Amino acid sequence: MLSRAVVVAAALVAFAPQAHAGDARSEAKEQVEFGIKVAQNGLWKEAAYRWQKAVEIDPTYAAAWNNLAVAFEQQGNFEKAREAYEKAVELDPKNLLLRQNYDLFKEINDRTKRRRDR
Amino acid sequence: MTARSAVAIVSRLSNPVSCLVLGLGLLAGASACTSFYEIPIETPIQPKMDVSMFQRVLIAGFIGGGTEDVDANLETVRLLRSQLRTKSSLRVIEAEVMQLADIAKERARGEASPPPTPGGAADGPQAQEQDPTRIRNEKDLERYQSIFSDVAFWKQKGEEYQGPLIITGTVLFSPLSTAGYVPVEREYFDQLGRRRVIQQRVYQERKGFTLQPKLIYIDGRTGATLYSETLREEILYNAQQNTPALSSYFELMDKLIPSFLNTLSTQKIRGTRMLVK
Repeated sequence: MLSRAVVVAAALVAFAPQAHAGDARSEAKEQVEFGIKVAQNGLWKEAAYRWQKAVEIDPTYAAAWNNLAVAFEQQGNFEKAREAYEKAVELDPKNLLLRQNYDLFKEINDRTKRRRDR
Repeated sequence: MTARSAVAIVSRLSNPVSCLVLGLGLLAGASACTSFYEIPIETPIQPKMDVSMFQRVLIAGFIGGGTEDVDANLETVRLLRSQLRTKSSLRVIEAEVMQLADIAKERARGEASPPPTPGGAADGPQAQEQDPTRIRNEKDLERYQSIFSDVAFWKQKGEEYQGPLIITGTVLFSPLSTAGYVPVEREYFDQLGRRRVIQQRVYQERKGFTLQPKLIYIDGRTGATLYSETLREEILYNAQQNTPALSSYFELMDKLIPSFLNTLSTQKIRGTRMLVK
């Protein structure tokens, strides 16, 4: 009986961090999905709030960083957008969608900067 | 495609095996499709200048040069005024267009320096035949630049209109011709009758125009220059194509207008981004 309890306890300890990570991702995913829905209805502030929450819950969630960057870009907050895009690309360097978004952002941002420096 | 539409397609099939295979495929495709969403965004670009202290704007006039087929001064004033009327919160002053080139020429004559000559070529019979004050290129324009830094002149103009933001500058609209290899697409049909397109480089003579406005923004209350920028666009057509100078002017101005408007007000750049789950 005691050995059974020890095994269960050991299993709980062993799997607890993974289960927590999984929970964090699914919780963050819920925020991301809700953010996408409201962004599609033009509610960008609410979307940004949701994605901000998602990256706080799971800072390794590249998609959440990407979406947050898009929201910052839409709001004209280029510095924060750049930081968020860089984080997204750093976390998932092989994701072409994130790379494409970042490249489009850089094109606009660099063009604007060039004009300002003139 | 959504999971619901995938199920709807599958439910119309009678064969259970094909139904299962197709169903799995469609659902897999649907789930793959729903992992990202293309969304339109409007990126706001902040204005280059703070014009909050002005309620009114005077597009005074420009020193125009280049081809004589287009009155660069008049057309630029008309176009910029109409753009600001609809796309800016500033009230546009409907004043007579200043013949700035004539004013600058008068001033140049009044000064001790000799009258300007086209492109610096003062001698020779050809130069005698041509109007010596005609502005053909950037070098000719340089001779008149001093008018823009004449604070007293612009302050006086500003006082006439109760201190608005004054927009002035130079506009050089010149013909351009070039020759060289350009990429063209050629289509042909292969032995099986299929249409094919190949890229080729062919030698072509082309002509067109270059438009180079220098826009100067002056504080009508003090006469001081607040901001200035030089823009440039060019367009080239096949040498056989006969495009009127005025339509080329508007085509080029269309490309430059967003930058001009962005000096005074926030502009939005439309695009799309991918939202990812």
